[in-house]
Amino acid sequence: MAKLNMIQAVNLALAEAMTQDETVLVMGQDVAVDGGVFRATEGLLDRFGPERVIDTPLAESGIVGSAVGMALAGLKPVAEMQFSGFSYMMMGQFEAHVTRLRSRTHGQLTLPMVIRMPYGGGVRALEHHSESREVLYAHQPGARVVIPSGPRNARALLLAAIDDPDPVVFMEPKHSYRAFREEVPEERETLPIGKARVVQEGTDLTLVSWGAMMRPALKAAATVEKERGASIEIIDLLTIAPLDHAAIAASVSKTGRCVVVQEAPRSYGPSSEITAVINDKAFWHLEAPVKRITGYDVVTPYFGREKTYLPSAEVVARGIVETLDV
Amino acid sequence: MPRKQAAKFTVPYLQILAPDGKVDAKLDPKLPDDTLLKLYRWMRLARALDERMLKLQRQGRLGTFPPCTGQEAVSIPAAMLMRDGDWFVGAFRELGGRLVRGEPLTATLDYYNGWEEGNILPDKNLRILPTSVVIGCQIEHAAGLAYASRFKGTDEVTVAFIGDGGTSEGGFHEGLNMAGVWKAPLVTIIQNNQWAISIPRGAQTASETLAQKGIAYGMPVIQVDGNDPLAVWVAVAEAMDRARKGDGPTLIEAVTYRLMMHTTADDPTKYRTEDEEKEAWAREPLVRTRAYLESRDLWDEAREKALLDELKDQVDQAVAEFETPKDRAPDEPFRHVYGTPHPVIEEQRREFLANLKGGEGRG
Repeated sequence: MAKLNMIQAVNLALAEAMTQDETVLVMGQDVAVDGGVFRATEGLLDRFGPERVIDTPLAESGIVGSAVGMALAGLKPVAEMQFSGFSYMMMGQFEAHVTRLRSRTHGQLTLPMVIRMPYGGGVRALEHHSESREVLYAHQPGARVVIPSGPRNARALLLAAIDDPDPVVFMEPKHSYRAFREEVPEERETLPIGKARVVQEGTDLTLVSWGAMMRPALKAAATVEKERGASIEIIDLLTIAPLDHAAIAASVSKTGRCVVVQEAPRSYGPSSEITAVINDKAFWHLEAPVKRITGYDVVTPYFGREKTYLPSAEVVARGIVETLDV
Repeated sequence: MPRKQAAKFTVPYLQILAPDGKVDAKLDPKLPDDTLLKLYRWMRLARALDERMLKLQRQGRLGTFPPCTGQEAVSIPAAMLMRDGDWFVGAFRELGGRLVRGEPLTATLDYYNGWEEGNILPDKNLRILPTSVVIGCQIEHAAGLAYASRFKGTDEVTVAFIGDGGTSEGGFHEGLNMAGVWKAPLVTIIQNNQWAISIPRGAQTASETLAQKGIAYGMPVIQVDGNDPLAVWVAVAEAMDRARKGDGPTLIEAVTYRLMMHTTADDPTKYRTEDEEKEAWAREPLVRTRAYLESRDLWDEAREKALLDELKDQVDQAVAEFETPKDRAPDEPFRHVYGTPHPVIEEQRREFLANLKGGEGRG
């Protein structure tokens, strides 16, 4: 067992996958010599060489488009988008090809590839470096979108993503990269893609979140439990698409109350979908309206104002109390 | 049938002022004294502000920013050649050019300290586009701006900048191709500073020069010593002249060097040697410009000292103004989502303010 932060856990998973399977390769801007701008790929060049750890030219569409070709030919590329804010340059490839090739060819052509990207705010970065736009990928049929919340599940999910026969978008909450450490088991460990995790069982209210928002969510739940003696069930989605309807429906059917915490802008975000799923599958169990604590429908503020934009534990706690009081 | 040559191309190269300050008398544009003095002053100001910003960043008084030290001879001459009505389309390493075109020092400081207010110019007619953090897309905007200038029957020119890394992006190629097809009045300047974060120029493209990429889109090209302000001046003046006359776009590759880190979050010791940096410092643009001024009896140590003192005051003043506490509206991001108010945004704005007011705030 070793205590790792999320960046180290990502690095570990990449090294493990590359050791186990020589068709796995890592590609992206500054991933080789520099070891990645966040150091996620540190040391991989020395261990696996430039044929498998590729410093590409600066071209997001080129990176993903050529990864499609590599995957078609039997390689397993793990492509890095340096920041999610630059990933939209490859959206044409993603929508038209990455998510569709399996369907178009009735399964004859498949794409075992992973697109990794840091996303989200809270690190005082320049503009275009702080957005939470997971829904842009999640909305596309055929896309798997995975978002870990801590070092241990990041390592396990990244290994699962690389194993997956289909393309996976792996969004890493950069605010959590070095925020805390966790025991990560030495033996290989994976988590199933598409399955949410019940972090804590409870009976009074279901709190749903993912990625960097898990931390304020957990803090808020602890506060309300202490102050109100409430029993809160906490769900870490881990996969945004396809969404684990069963886990959400089962929990809300039991508790009758739900608060969803999302960093992204409110409209058309995952919290909207989660609310709709509850409406479809647990409506008659509801004791209160589903509450969404989210970012706002504004351009993500530059870092001078980002703290006021990001959902805080205090605001989440207030939302939980309001929902309990209905 | 024998194989023939379908086309033949060459890439001219221009250097007028050598690193040691020696000028090629035949090529010297013999700029007027006051122009040269202004040019040097702008270069010194950009350097002074850049150095101060690095200190501020290291002291936690400024956010992450991309230093421009060493690249003063590219955007400054180009900006000085621009006229009112021309469009300045930067990437993110054109500090000097922005200042020349009228961006206040405080705007630069605000922008890199995480305030949207840094994008607000004293006058929107300055025609300086905001920094293009997303790489490459500005060249397409520039092609559109240039098309519009011609469409409106003006002789306005668009001057766009991009880095060596940016030439790998689709936006660069799509924008230049549009400009070529439209014969748009666009001058595109590649600041080839040899490094795109950790990727050296040689790993960025297999092309022998970056300038030659313009040939593919049917426009005249030139590679210049980008640390030589006279060569940049001449190349940009020729390109602007062609553009104003309706003779279409030009691509200029200015060969320079990123003397500092990519941004203050970057550590160049991971990927390049001190020796390389040392060699690059020997070619930097300020030393040779000063030597040239001295050779024309326009400069001496006393004038240098006076200028540095004056610029220090100017930067001090800007920093003081930037650091004066301001009453910045927390809900500013809600005010410019659409041109007209919308009830959903308004509702969220009220919720946002209530959350702040709750005493607990957010974050």
